Amino acid sequence: MNIIKCVHKVCTILMETSRPIYIWVLLLGIFIFPINIGAQELVLPKDSIITINLDEVILISARKTLDYHRQPKPLSTLDEYLESSKKVDMVKRGAYAWEPTLNNMFSERLSVTIDGMRIFGACTDKMDPVTSYVDVSNLSQAHIASGQQGTEHGNTIGGTINLELDRGNFKETGLYGGVETGFESNNQMSVVGAELNYSNSNFYVDTDIIYRKAENYFAGGDEEVEFSQFEKYNFSANGGYKIAEDQALTASLIYDEARDVGYPALTMDVSLARAIIASVGFEQDALWGSLSNWKSKLYFNKVTHVMDDTKRPDVPIHMDMPGWSDTYGFYSQAALQAKKHQFLFKVDGYYNKSLAEMTMYPNDPNELPMFMLTWPDVRTANGGVYAEDELDLKGSFLKIATRMTVQNQNVADEFGLNSLKIFYPEMEKSKTRFLKSISGQWHKMWMPWHFNAGLSYGDRAPSVTEGYGFYLFNSFDNHDYIGDPGLVNEKSMEANTKISWEKSKLKLSGEANFFHIADYIIGEIDPSLSVMTIGAEGVKIYKNLEYANLFNTSLDLEYAILPELTWSGLISYHRGTDNNGDNIPFISPFSYRSGLQFDNRSFSAALRITGAGKQVNYNPEFGEDQTQAYTVCSLTFGKTFKFNNDSMYAKFGVENIFDENYSTYTDWKNIPRMGRNFFLTLSYSIN
Amino acid sequence: MKTIKLGLVTIIAAMGMISCSSDGDDSPKNDVNPLAEFNLVANIEANGHSLELYSEGKTGFNTGYNELFVRIKNNADDTYYTNPEITWLPVMHMMSMNHSCPISELSISDDYDTVATGYIVFQMPGNTDEFWDITFTYEVEGQEFSVTETIDVTAPSDGKQTVTSFMGSDDVRYVLAMVEPTDPEVAVNDIKAMLFKMESMMSFPIVENYTIALDPRMPSMGNHSSPNNEDLTYDAVTKAYNGKLSLTMTGYWKLNLKLLNSTGEVLKGEDITDENEASSLYFELEF
Repeated sequence: MNIIKCVHKVCTILMETSRPIYIWVLLLGIFIFPINIGAQELVLPKDSIITINLDEVILISARKTLDYHRQPKPLSTLDEYLESSKKVDMVKRGAYAWEPTLNNMFSERLSVTIDGMRIFGACTDKMDPVTSYVDVSNLSQAHIASGQQGTEHGNTIGGTINLELDRGNFKETGLYGGVETGFESNNQMSVVGAELNYSNSNFYVDTDIIYRKAENYFAGGDEEVEFSQFEKYNFSANGGYKIAEDQALTASLIYDEARDVGYPALTMDVSLARAIIASVGFEQDALWGSLSNWKSKLYFNKVTHVMDDTKRPDVPIHMDMPGWSDTYGFYSQAALQAKKHQFLFKVDGYYNKSLAEMTMYPNDPNELPMFMLTWPDVRTANGGVYAEDELDLKGSFLKIATRMTVQNQNVADEFGLNSLKIFYPEMEKSKTRFLKSISGQWHKMWMPWHFNAGLSYGDRAPSVTEGYGFYLFNSFDNHDYIGDPGLVNEKSMEANTKISWEKSKLKLSGEANFFHIADYIIGEIDPSLSVMTIGAEGVKIYKNLEYANLFNTSLDLEYAILPELTWSGLISYHRGTDNNGDNIPFISPFSYRSGLQFDNRSFSAALRITGAGKQVNYNPEFGEDQTQAYTVCSLTFGKTFKFNNDSMYAKFGVENIFDENYSTYTDWKNIPRMGRNFFLTLSYSIN
Repeated sequence: MKTIKLGLVTIIAAMGMISCSSDGDDSPKNDVNPLAEFNLVANIEANGHSLELYSEGKTGFNTGYNELFVRIKNNADDTYYTNPEITWLPVMHMMSMNHSCPISELSISDDYDTVATGYIVFQMPGNTDEFWDITFTYEVEGQEFSVTETIDVTAPSDGKQTVTSFMGSDDVRYVLAMVEPTDPEVAVNDIKAMLFKMESMMSFPIVENYTIALDPRMPSMGNHSSPNNEDLTYDAVTKAYNGKLSLTMTGYWKLNLKLLNSTGEVLKGEDITDENEASSLYFELEF
């Protein structure tokens, strides 16, 4: 029944032309279909997992490798892809724009980049994490590096998520394209996407477009979660041209726009979230004789975010909260190979403008609107150098990496500066910080044993919100937050280790990391302050705690019962405490996942179970309550069909089979997750 | 080379011209109109003279604190008298009685010897049956003159309270007026107020060494308050009460006040609590 419903829905989408976005998609679709496309040479990307780093790579684009069977759910949102990572958890404020956390650390402790480009959300309430401004259609993979192993792309405490753009890269693949469509029953989400690419040894261009629209979703037990709808489209193009045998120019552009996005866990929705992300690059095989792989990039991105509460009933006061974040940046990097050494040098810099304002309209129409700057046009100028060396030590590898950064933050708006001076009369308009990171990672093999260990130190500057935020309401703990420009850098001392045992059929690994974070930045209640947001309980000021400790450990197991049938399991435990032994908020309880996967290249099936124990360590001061244990199951089937040269891949699945009503520790204000959901995706690729 | 020389000559010549023009400071003060940027709020013709009343920002007389600039023109030759001696007395003609209001003396301004400055604090507006007039008594060229003129005193256009007249718990009637901020900002503002005691219907001396406690609130924002305000304390030099007023956003603010005498006894006003959202003694501002 559901399949019929799905197919019907897909047809209606294609027929519906009343929306301008559909027209674009349709046009592109029509454009692609009649094109006769030459033979394609399959180039499988080599496994990019670096042996030394404990990095995790999440494959997003299967299109070019026809590797669909490895994907649990093609055309799912990027958020769902990231959630499949072992280290990443997603904070949900609704069905859209989940915020990634890594090692139980949030955006401000992470560096999230797109192809190495820095980009910052424009929402003061974290409704637009960087990951919400790209879509799976743009990306080939997400590279997740834990802790200081991620400093290549910027200073970080928790780690880095680098989203790599999908590009032809001068492979001899010729012209090829595809259309994809998907439907999910629970929230009536329909997805339509198309791509058209051309690549040869001198020139490549990739274009794609994707459109998603979802209605409210239903939690287990048919409970409608109001204001969880969203609509978004994304267009991207990137290309490269070889100006000489060893030189290439590249360029990329992403346009991403979401409208009418509901945030059921918050008091406001979003009427517009838009990003334009653009770059030009230059690549050269060699530089000054000994350096190789010289890559440089100039980029800019512009993010606009407009919150909206006009659709909400019974708001105490209507308000407009637009925000803007513009970033201009560059990087240039080159490698050096010398006997046992493998160096990478990089210089990078960016300039970001973050401005957000709030206008509240009193219920008495005779009163003037109330206006404040919640981000006072903070200009961040950041420049750094990064160097790493991978040393081959006969039977073991050692990687040493370091980053030095200078960062200046300047409050450009006089109105905003005066606002902050209410709290900090002595504050300076401009503040310069020095940031540093050094890490060592060692990998020793005694086949089939692997041993990894790392020690590192790194620090980070406070985020714009932590340093300069002005009465930012956090609905989770129901407090207004005020930044402190005088915060000192947060410093992390980190140790990690991993032991694994790998034979052809069985892989077993245990992993742990420990962060001692001095001057940990967190909000603390200031009872002398009066709340701004109507209904808030109090006001918190960002403070440096003496320290906090975070510990994460996991045990991972994979066993190939048959060549086509694999069983995998993962259990993890996390703990976070501050210097008083109190719990740090948003620390995962004991969690587990297990899956049975069958795959014979043309047909695949998977059964997955994920769950978590009851949350034992939580902190009511930060609005947390005890999250109950849960277990959910999902089942998926995939099949590849061949038509001459073309192929079609269909995937059907059901998630949360038993329609469990549950929420996890990362669900903002305990909004329940999606109940039973059937999905169907169809990908047609023309070669 | 030539062009450099030419440039040098030009620069030297220009400097010469600048220094010449700066010599012009010795010219008589009355050549420039010192009140060109001000608003003429009243022009009283009497005795062959014109008494011109100016205000810096206002276009008329408002309830509250009015800073005024007065000069006297000799209508015969259109010149202004230097160092005129002027006294003034505003009087409210009510149905049942007459009374005056707090005023300062009119003193010659530091910059211009034809202009006298002072302030009047009107504690109420006029209406159809009740009105204000001002009597000016002045001496020019050794001769004393007097003139009385009815004026129109209105409440400020935004209707916000910047002056209040009240009976303290010590059975004394006080008049409290806000002088600053005239142009409030989202920042820590200087707040300045003046306090007078109603000694008689016609006498309103300045009250010294009291304290005015300040608690600014936004009634439309659930009575949100701001941090780092400072109560107003008496400054013997300006004879006014000065404090600090933090405004965290634009909009309508109610500045709840409490008047304490020199021994710390509360004469008027209440603390703001969950039950009591406003004090009976307050100023208002909206921006």
